Amino acid sequence: MDNTYSEDNNLNKNSIKNGFKDAFPIVLGYLPIGMAFGMLAVKKGLTALQTTAMSIFVFAGSAQLVSIEMIDVGAGAAAIIAMTFLVNLRHLLLSASLSLHLRNLPAYYYPFLGFIITDESFAVASAKIDSHKDKKSYFLSLGITAYLGWVFSSGLGAFLTEFIPFSTGGALDFVLPAMFVVLLVMQISSRVEVITAFSAGLLSLLFALTIEGSWNIILATVAAAFLGVYLDGE
Amino acid sequence: MESSRYIYMIAGMLFVTFLPRFLPLMFLSNKNLPDKVIRWLSFIPAAVLSALLAPAVLLNDGRLFLSLENTALLAFIPTLVIAYKTKNIFYTVSCGLIFYLILDLIF
Repeated sequence: MDNTYSEDNNLNKNSIKNGFKDAFPIVLGYLPIGMAFGMLAVKKGLTALQTTAMSIFVFAGSAQLVSIEMIDVGAGAAAIIAMTFLVNLRHLLLSASLSLHLRNLPAYYYPFLGFIITDESFAVASAKIDSHKDKKSYFLSLGITAYLGWVFSSGLGAFLTEFIPFSTGGALDFVLPAMFVVLLVMQISSRVEVITAFSAGLLSLLFALTIEGSWNIILATVAAAFLGVYLDGE
Repeated sequence: MESSRYIYMIAGMLFVTFLPRFLPLMFLSNKNLPDKVIRWLSFIPAAVLSALLAPAVLLNDGRLFLSLENTALLAFIPTLVIAYKTKNIFYTVSCGLIFYLILDLIF
């Protein structure tokens, strides 16, 4: 794909600036979720430090929330780790898809680039990364800004639990869905992609209603992408 | 939570979260994949976004939530129109927030 030019090893300032700017809606969306997670974790028996450290090391919103619920009902560490694996398995797909853009870099970049892959950084990057010559700088800056936003908001919730009355369900909870809507629209340029997206949404709902656990997203994505390839080939 | 159990849990969570994020990126980024695979991967963004979005606006506690009380679902419709018209993240998120606040007041 992009093998035509040799990758410049310096970080491109302009790409860094754009990545930082594009992370803004993600950080805004993380604020209510991160705070809610932080407060919940402290209420269910982690210390504020343990809660913040979990965000620093794991950096996976839905898995962290699930783990807190499991700690609360007394689940063992092995069960929590297994559930985390299942919830985060979809990152395999995101990582494989991003590998089409972040090509032939020095190996030491990949642990960092991989660590900052989330649904949100992936969604923004898939829509925007192609317009950047220095893709690694763009993604590093986007992902690290989002990461700091997540650590900050969960730490804020954890350390200030006692002081702020906070409940979820406000308008800020709609930031990430709204961002996904526009990124989805930006992805779609052909009839096949429209059908693929519709099928993925429908299958995801169907699986969520019928299969226990968090399989719906990964199963629906895999199946819909196969459908896309099949329709594309006709 | 006591420290030893906590550290064991966090180390495990880090390990199982990091590997699926890191391994495909590391090992596919210098391979020339077959055309079919590249095309399959190119459908992942649209598919995964839709698969995340549908349950987020249509489900509540694992059940279908089709009601005027479901503000996210109501706000989704005008937000989609703005997204389609502008293709701009900032405008869409801002309008989405405003729609949400208004619809929340009405219903």
